[in-house]
Amino acid sequence: MQEIKREILINKAKDLLADGTVDRVLGWKAGEFDYDVTPAVFNSADEIEGDFVWNGFCGANFSKYLVKETLKGDGKVLVFLKPCDTYSFNQLLTEHRFDREKVYAVGVPCNGMVDVNKIKEETDSVVSIDFDGGNTVVHTLYDGDLSLPTEKLLSERCVNCKSKKHVAYDELLGEDGEVCDSGRFDEVARLEKMTPDERFEFWQNELSRCIRCNACRDVCPACTCEKCVFDNPESPVENKAPANSFEEKMFHIIRAFHVVGRCTDCGECSRVCPQHIPLHLLNRKFIKDIDELYGEYQAGSVLGNRAPIVDYKLDDAEPSEAVERGDENA
Amino acid sequence: MRKISLDKLNQLFSKIAETQTLYMPVDTKTGARYEKWEEGKELSDALNTVRSAKDFFFPQTENLMDFKMEGKNIEIIDTRNEAEDFVIFGVRACDVKSFEILDRVFLADPADSYYENRRNHGTIVSMACTRPVETCFCQTFDIDAASPEGDVVCHKTDDALYLEAKSDKGEALLNSLNDVTEDTDGSAVDEQVKTVHERMSRLPLASLSADAFGADKTKEFFDRPEWAELSQSCLGCGTCTFVCPTCQCYDIKDFNTGHGVKRFRCWDSCMYSNFTKMSAGQPRLTQVERFRQRFMHKLVYYPTNNDGLFSCVGCGRCLSKCPIQMNIVKVMKKLGGKSND
Ligand code: SF4
Ligand code: SF4
Ligand code: SF4
Ligand code: SF4
Repeated sequence: MQEIKREILINKAKDLLADGTVDRVLGWKAGEFDYDVTPAVFNSADEIEGDFVWNGFCGANFSKYLVKETLKGDGKVLVFLKPCDTYSFNQLLTEHRFDREKVYAVGVPCNGMVDVNKIKEETDSVVSIDFDGGNTVVHTLYDGDLSLPTEKLLSERCVNCKSKKHVAYDELLGEDGEVCDSGRFDEVARLEKMTPDERFEFWQNELSRCIRCNACRDVCPACTCEKCVFDNPESPVENKAPANSFEEKMFHIIRAFHVVGRCTDCGECSRVCPQHIPLHLLNRKFIKDIDELYGEYQAGSVLGNRAPIVDYKLDDAEPSEAVERGDENA
Repeated sequence: MRKISLDKLNQLFSKIAETQTLYMPVDTKTGARYEKWEEGKELSDALNTVRSAKDFFFPQTENLMDFKMEGKNIEIIDTRNEAEDFVIFGVRACDVKSFEILDRVFLADPADSYYENRRNHGTIVSMACTRPVETCFCQTFDIDAASPEGDVVCHKTDDALYLEAKSDKGEALLNSLNDVTEDTDGSAVDEQVKTVHERMSRLPLASLSADAFGADKTKEFFDRPEWAELSQSCLGCGTCTFVCPTCQCYDIKDFNTGHGVKRFRCWDSCMYSNFTKMSAGQPRLTQVERFRQRFMHKLVYYPTNNDGLFSCVGCGRCLSKCPIQMNIVKVMKKLGGKSND
């Protein structure tokens, strides 16, 4: 697949602004150290020329931003979408969370995004970064320049990329890819093989680190409730921090249930977690179960799809089947 | 000044742990964090722990008291337990400074006795930095990473740890360690401090200045149009406030256990939609105002109420943890003191 250069994106953005197709652009903005790019709205060609970034750190999924952004003004907003982002885009549209008419979506091919934490395992300081072919060149304060194979630095979700194919766009830059044969359920299968005690121990250890910042929920394109039950003072579960270790787990289990059949496995939750909790494993467990009990289902792959959980078919799995499966694993 | 060779560190730790609980940063696969020391645990060389050292004095959740209802009687149950002596070993200069910032809030009359008790029972052993990184900007706030404050200050060189007492508490701790440490002059330390100062001057954020901000600048910054742009993609997650060593806001909540009530306090965040919510509603209606609150508090309101002292210590945690990579450095650079008109 061809590598898409920044110039191609900014020229596209400038053209669409100039011909009036859109009046603003959702893109990634340069930071201090190359890796710290911020989602931003660009209003003019000058702003784009100056600060628009397209590099290996443009991981943020813009789909959810469209919920708020499309409520502003009458014009269209240009959004750049990586293949995985288009699944969230479709899912949000399926749930009628934004007005499709207010968006001009440009698909961008993607070779995977880098996880800066993996670079920081190799060196403590990262002053700037260049991408050179298949290598990531890291300029450090004390270790000189390090050239690391980019493949080894990809974030988990990119290592296990589920699709290089865009499922929604108005226009595509470059060539489209294919749905991938990923190993994304391997880790789930490993957890399933554990005894209940081992599994409890695993999750207890992971979730006990949670600081309940809610970044996972706030970034999640499936979490778009106007008022989250966990923020609602009228609800008995509203707490800014877990009162005990039960509540720690409850938040995550309830959240995982709330996004069943709607989570596209975009990986944003695990990407943003300051405590590096592998939240995607909870969601993938549900996806794997749906696949096995109801037949393969990928949320967001088709606009308007009904998730098995909210659909009814005569041959649907009976609840008892789930119980039996549970017994097998016990 | 006292000294102990690095291969004997274990002796030092077990000596301290004989009489007090000892906490120190240890490496885990998800970053450094403070853990209770026990045989086999090694001191991390990481600069920042993921969660700051404020947890020791101002934990994220803290049980204040319990209530038990029987008929028409309410029994109040004392659940306090802040009376244990402890040592936090290896606190970096920025985090040590954060204690002063928290003290001004929690120890101001009337003092918060939960915080005060922990503060009185804790001894802080700080650790000078040797390899500051790109996200460090403590020097912006006149903090010297090479010579931290603390009850005892440590410098770690390639082969030894140097310890110097800076308070009565520190003196007492060091005296109790005389068996395992030896006397030394400070020449090795002076040498290292020089190297570190030189390194500090070459950091990418070395020239970041806070001069434009400070006490009584509310009018100058409050209505700046840049707040809208700076906050436009903020998720309101509050990660920045939870990892921040100086964020001090909390909420007090009652948790119904089914057979009683636990009254606890937990960290709160100005980034949240229900922060300081009153019967009339939330005073900061959109994320723009909530976002502004965080940075105005660090750079203007706190200094206004505290003799010009900023309430950011430049630890860089919010730089590395914000999901959208927005942070106080970007805010300072953007607002940088340019006037509004
Ligand atoms: S992002 Fe991580 S730390 Fe924050 S609430 Fe989610 S799991 Fe917890
Ligand atoms: S505002 Fe950021 S850099 Fe400043 S003390 Fe808090 S976490 Fe550290
Ligand atoms: S108002 Fe905000 S920035 Fe200030 S201490 Fe509270 S949470 Fe932190
Ligand atoms: S600034 Fe960043 S860390 Fe803080 S609330 Fe906004 S998105 Fe979260």
